Amino acid sequence: MYSASDLKKGLKIEIDGAPWIITEFEFCKPGKGTALYRCRMKNMITGIGMEKTYRPTDKIDTPDIEEREMYYSYFDGHHYVFSDPNTYEEMQVSAETLGDQAYFLLEESLCNFVLYKGEPIEITLPTFIEKEIVETEPGVRGDTATNVTKPAKLDNGFEIQVPLFINQGDIVKIDTRTGKYAERVNKA
Amino acid sequence: MNIDNLKKRSAMLRALREFFYAHDFFEAETPVRIPAPAPEEYIEAVSAENGFLRTSPELALKRLLAAGGERFFELGKAFRSGECGRKHREEFTILEYYAAHWDYRKLAAFTAELFAAAAREVCGSPHIEFQGRAIDLANVEYITVDEAYRKYAGVSAFAADADGSFDELMVTKVEPELGRDGITFLIDYPAARASLSRLSAADPRVAERWEVYISGIELGNAFGELVDAAEQKRRFAAAYRFRAEQGMKPYPEPRDFYAALERGIPESSGCAVGVDRLAMILCDAPDIAEVRWE
Repeated sequence: MYSASDLKKGLKIEIDGAPWIITEFEFCKPGKGTALYRCRMKNMITGIGMEKTYRPTDKIDTPDIEEREMYYSYFDGHHYVFSDPNTYEEMQVSAETLGDQAYFLLEESLCNFVLYKGEPIEITLPTFIEKEIVETEPGVRGDTATNVTKPAKLDNGFEIQVPLFINQGDIVKIDTRTGKYAERVNKA
Repeated sequence: MNIDNLKKRSAMLRALREFFYAHDFFEAETPVRIPAPAPEEYIEAVSAENGFLRTSPELALKRLLAAGGERFFELGKAFRSGECGRKHREEFTILEYYAAHWDYRKLAAFTAELFAAAAREVCGSPHIEFQGRAIDLANVEYITVDEAYRKYAGVSAFAADADGSFDELMVTKVEPELGRDGITFLIDYPAARASLSRLSAADPRVAERWEVYISGIELGNAFGELVDAAEQKRRFAAAYRFRAEQGMKPYPEPRDFYAALERGIPESSGCAVGVDRLAMILCDAPDIAEVRWE
C-alpha cells in the first residue's frame, strides 16, 4: 500500500484492479485547508486518462508490476516466443499484444517488458532496427528529397513509406516507436 | 533558480519594507523557536529542541498588539512540516502585518497597494505578465466565498463545507478562476472556516476572513482578528481535540497569548503573505524553486 504522500509523477498504482501510471502530480493545500494530492494518470492497459485527487489519509494499492528484459527467440506459428537472458525461461506473447511491433521483431532483439500480474502489458523494442526493402518502385536517381515518399515492402510484407531514392534491396533503418523510415543504411 | 530572480527578489523585499515604513509600520522581530504553536487543523509544526519552529509569527505578533504596538510587520522564516511542491516548501519566507483599528476590508485595499508597489519596483509597472497572461495589479476584484463557489463550482460554499468537498472544489474549480487578470480577494469564509477571525456582525454565517489571489495562486490570508478571549479559547480547544483525534503532534497551550487576550487585544486586522509566491508572480516563475537559493 502507498500512502498519499508517496504519490509522485511516474509512480504506478492500482485502482479497481487496473494498473495506472501517474503522468502529472501536484501537491496542493488551499488556505488553512487539508493537503490534497492532485494526480493525472493513464491506464497502463487501455491508455485512458483520468484525474483523481487524494487526501492525506488515503491509502493506495500497489500494482503487481514487474519490469524485465527478454530476448525475442522465434514465432511458433501462434505466438511470439521470448526468453529470459539469465534463466532462459520462455514467455509466449500474442500477436494482438504486439500489434504492428511484431513486424519489427528481429531474432535476439533485447526487448523491455512491463508485466502486470505476470502478463505483458507493454513491450518496448530496440528503438531502431534495420530491414531490407524487398519491393518498391525503382528509385529516382539524384532525388535526395526525403519529404516525397512512396510505398515499400519489407521481407515480412509490412509496408512503410520511403523516400523516392530508395531501391529494392536497400537496407533501411526504421524507428520502432513510430514504425517510420529513419534513414538508408546500405545501397543494394 | 537564477541570479536574476534573486536580484528581483531582493528588489521586492526592499519595496515591501519601504511601503510599510511609508505607511508608519515598524519592523518587528519575534522568536523563530517557540514553546507553543497555534493549534491548526491542517498545519503541523517542525519540532525543535525544547519547542517548535514557528509555523507563522501570528501569536507573538498578536501579543505585540496587546502590548500597544499599533502598526507593524515581520518578514522572516516559518516552517510547516511535510509541505513541499510547486508552491510549497517546509521552510518558507512569511510576511505578516497587523494594524490596530483597521477593519479587514481596509487591510485588503492596503494589501493590493502593497503588491502593486512591489510590482512597480521589480517590473517597472503594475501591469505584469505571468505565464503568458497579462495581469494588471491595479485591477482589484472582491468576491465572497459563497459567490465564488456558486459561480465556479455550481454549489453553495456552505453546502460544500457541510459535505466535506470544500477543499477539493477550492483547488479544482474555484482557485483557478481567481486573479485571472488582476488581484482577487476571496472574502467572507463560512463561519466553520473562520480560523482565528471574528464572525461578521452583519452576517454571522460568515467570518471576517479573506485570501488574496493572483493568477490562481493564493498569496495571503487575513483576518478581522478575533479578540474575544473566551471564544478564542473555545476554538483552540476544538482544534486541540481535532488534532488529538487525527493523531497529530500535541502542543502545549500558549499561556502568554491567553494572558494577552485577557489583558485585551485591540480591534485589529492582520495578514500573512507567502513571500516566495509573490516572488514567483513578479519573476514570472511557475515553480517556487526558481525564486529561492536552496
